[in-house]
Amino acid sequence: MQLSGKKRSSAKNLTELKPGEAGVLDKLDLPEADAQRLMEMGFVPGHSVTRGLSAPGGDPRVFRVDGSEVALRRETARRLILK
Amino acid sequence: MGDCHGCPNNIATLAPPPGMGAPARSHIVAIVGPPNSGKSTLFNRLTGLRQKVANFPGVTVEHRMGKVKLDQGRDVFVVDLPGVYSLTPRTEDERVTHDVLSGRMKDLPRPDAVLLILDSTNLSRHLVLAAPVLSLGLPTLVILNMADDLKSRGGELNVSELAMQLGSPVALISAAKGMGVEKIFQFLSGTTIGAAPKAPLIQLPVIQDIPKCRAWATNIGKKTGYHAPAPPLWTRRLDAFFLHPVAGPLVFLFVVVAVFQTIFNGARPLMDGIDELIKTSGIWLGHLLPNEALRSLLIDGIWTGVGSVIIFLPQILLLFLFIGILEDSGYLARAALIADRTMARFGLQGKSFIPLLSAYACAVPAIMATRTIEDKRDRIATILIAPFMTCSARLPVYILIIGAFIPDKNVLGPFLGMRAAVLLGLYILGFVAAILTARLLKSTVLKSRRSSFMLEMPPYRWPTARSLALRLVDRSKVFLMRAGTVILGVAIVIWALSYLPLHEGKPPAIENSFASGIGHFVEPAIKPLGFNWKIGIGLVTSLAARETIVSTLGTIYAPRPGTVDYAEGQVAMGGQNLDAKSIGAEFTLGQSITTLNGKAEILLTPGVFLRLGPNTSATLVAAGLADTRIRLDRGHAMIEVDQIFSENHLGLTQGSFAIDLLKKGSYDFDAAGKNVRVFDGAAVATGGTHRVELNGGQELNTSATSDAKANGFDKKTFHGDIYDWGRDKGLQQALHQDMTLGGAVALLVFFAFAMQCMSTIAVVRRETGGWFWPGVQFAYMTGLAYLCAFVTNHLASLWA
Repeated sequence: MQLSGKKRSSAKNLTELKPGEAGVLDKLDLPEADAQRLMEMGFVPGHSVTRGLSAPGGDPRVFRVDGSEVALRRETARRLILK
Repeated sequence: MGDCHGCPNNIATLAPPPGMGAPARSHIVAIVGPPNSGKSTLFNRLTGLRQKVANFPGVTVEHRMGKVKLDQGRDVFVVDLPGVYSLTPRTEDERVTHDVLSGRMKDLPRPDAVLLILDSTNLSRHLVLAAPVLSLGLPTLVILNMADDLKSRGGELNVSELAMQLGSPVALISAAKGMGVEKIFQFLSGTTIGAAPKAPLIQLPVIQDIPKCRAWATNIGKKTGYHAPAPPLWTRRLDAFFLHPVAGPLVFLFVVVAVFQTIFNGARPLMDGIDELIKTSGIWLGHLLPNEALRSLLIDGIWTGVGSVIIFLPQILLLFLFIGILEDSGYLARAALIADRTMARFGLQGKSFIPLLSAYACAVPAIMATRTIEDKRDRIATILIAPFMTCSARLPVYILIIGAFIPDKNVLGPFLGMRAAVLLGLYILGFVAAILTARLLKSTVLKSRRSSFMLEMPPYRWPTARSLALRLVDRSKVFLMRAGTVILGVAIVIWALSYLPLHEGKPPAIENSFASGIGHFVEPAIKPLGFNWKIGIGLVTSLAARETIVSTLGTIYAPRPGTVDYAEGQVAMGGQNLDAKSIGAEFTLGQSITTLNGKAEILLTPGVFLRLGPNTSATLVAAGLADTRIRLDRGHAMIEVDQIFSENHLGLTQGSFAIDLLKKGSYDFDAAGKNVRVFDGAAVATGGTHRVELNGGQELNTSATSDAKANGFDKKTFHGDIYDWGRDKGLQQALHQDMTLGGAVALLVFFAFAMQCMSTIAVVRRETGGWFWPGVQFAYMTGLAYLCAFVTNHLASLWA
């Protein structure tokens, strides 16, 4: 949920999850409004996110988080950083 | 908002009832809940048909209001608010929900109570919304929906403990199955007498801090023994198929084709039925009206004008039935997911796909269907480009012009005819204009970050017939009310323009009417496009609805009675050869028309057409006001009677028989085969002392009068080439004479782009909440249409 301009190449983000793989969300590197909306949809730091299926071509992708499934475009998923 | 309730954890005392007897105003209860929690299902369950759809004043967010009947004749109003994840007013939906709940919404008093509906299978996350809603301090019933799912998937929960923790009553229900809804009625009864528990005074987290709220919800879940159910197995299995890399796109394509086919072809019989009904009832009504002007206003103006809108109702209903099934089952979210990547290329998103597809039937329901797009910029962009899609109202115009100007040749062997290719080209033209416009809009005025696509995939569910039916009732009401009122007004104006000014107490010929004045007025502006003033009148009337131009041109180019209105091949009249240029030549008493290797059509009297096949000769032997008679000298002819009055005599002589036509219908005369056939209608044949009555489906052998009698024949097996050409052909020929090829193609291009549809303008105004967007849209589309038609006309004339 912080606005951070820094590139963090070391940290893994959601796009790097393989199908069925899970990771724990660390932070949302997105503008405040988008980050809030995503947290309302279940992407709360500390929660586990599992990669599900995707549209043909691999984008957007479905992620399982907090009991629901949410589809995100690659640009968004890239900004959700895992622990 | 956001005040922290640091008060002890107890249930509030009952508020005193607001006096006995009938309350001063009806009580209002708001339904609040996250998307996919079953709000609308519950709303439908509570209100049934006692509901209406409206937009909140000033904003485009739609809400539904309905009356719930309680016992003892009391009732309470419930408002279905947009689905929200929080009450932080960030989007339009959330602002509306927030304003309604805090009593700031104009024209709507603050609700007396709240029904908070949450999905019990995903309670920990949905409970997050309980924090801001409970902090409002309104009497609240927490409804945990999908109880059946929770149970079947092995989840559990202590309801009374949850009620304690939240300080509010809790009901575990299944809105779809109607399980447990009696608790809601009890609660609603309580609100009407003020017996519902007031403010829940419990410790709530700071509601802006989502992680804290989420932790609070988890904690409550723990205390109430909430055990989340197993993941929805069937949803996973179905997704493995519907989102399969190969099967997924195939299913998607199948759905798209099915929707397209249904709205295109499936609705056709229903539409024809409605068309027939409107025409018949119009004529029937006309007979009841004594006054000519009134009759014309009612039939030519109102009935035809409004009928042209009502005719789209089957398409709209089928489309919404489809969308309803797709949406309620959960597939729509998957379709949006699959379409997203392609739509993103044009700056749009997956949810724009279904509205754009629907726009091929009609832009009006398509624009109403954009409501599923939450992102306002994407929604406006979709609304703005939807009318570029080739709607079914353009089709009659395309068919008329293509039939008149494009030769019926093959371009790709037998697979693709030239006419079909042009039609396909027009469809592609509209689509290209739409996507280019979308790109233009999304890179300028409606620019937004591409990252805004976040779509929750709901579990698959069976759509219920009840909710589908209610949706259809809803949509038809909205369509008929909104589009119908505008069209009614415009229909009356256009009727008046073509009926006035009266000339010696009678309506003028169309070229002397006010409409023609407008046609002449706009002629300088449309001349560069290759259109004359007659097309100008058509364009003016087509502002109401595109297909109107066909009937207008039909009226303008209508043949005068007693003239040849179609000729093809070798035809001679009174010894002079006729060709396409001789249309309008008078067929006078005693004259003969002879066809060699050709065909001809003559308008004998208003609504009576004589068609001559090849190698035929016919003579006009009587042409009085009330008596019209043809003699068929040789060959094959038919007469189509669309209009006949009992005082008129209409007949044909063939051999030794005189046949009088008595009713509307079609009649076939074969001098060579010595046959008279009545397809529909009724006739009397007189030969010598013989008199034979012929009805529909009967024929008479005319070779001898002595044993003449009516015999039945099979209408289906008898089919001649002469029946395939109607008056449309005459109109096409007339247009062909009056326009250049460049002008005709320019007219097609103009219709592909121009926004000539009052219903669409009205719906865009409703949906965008003002005149700004429809104004921009009208100017842009019409400007583009003008420009492209201009270029087309000039290019085509260079080429020709």
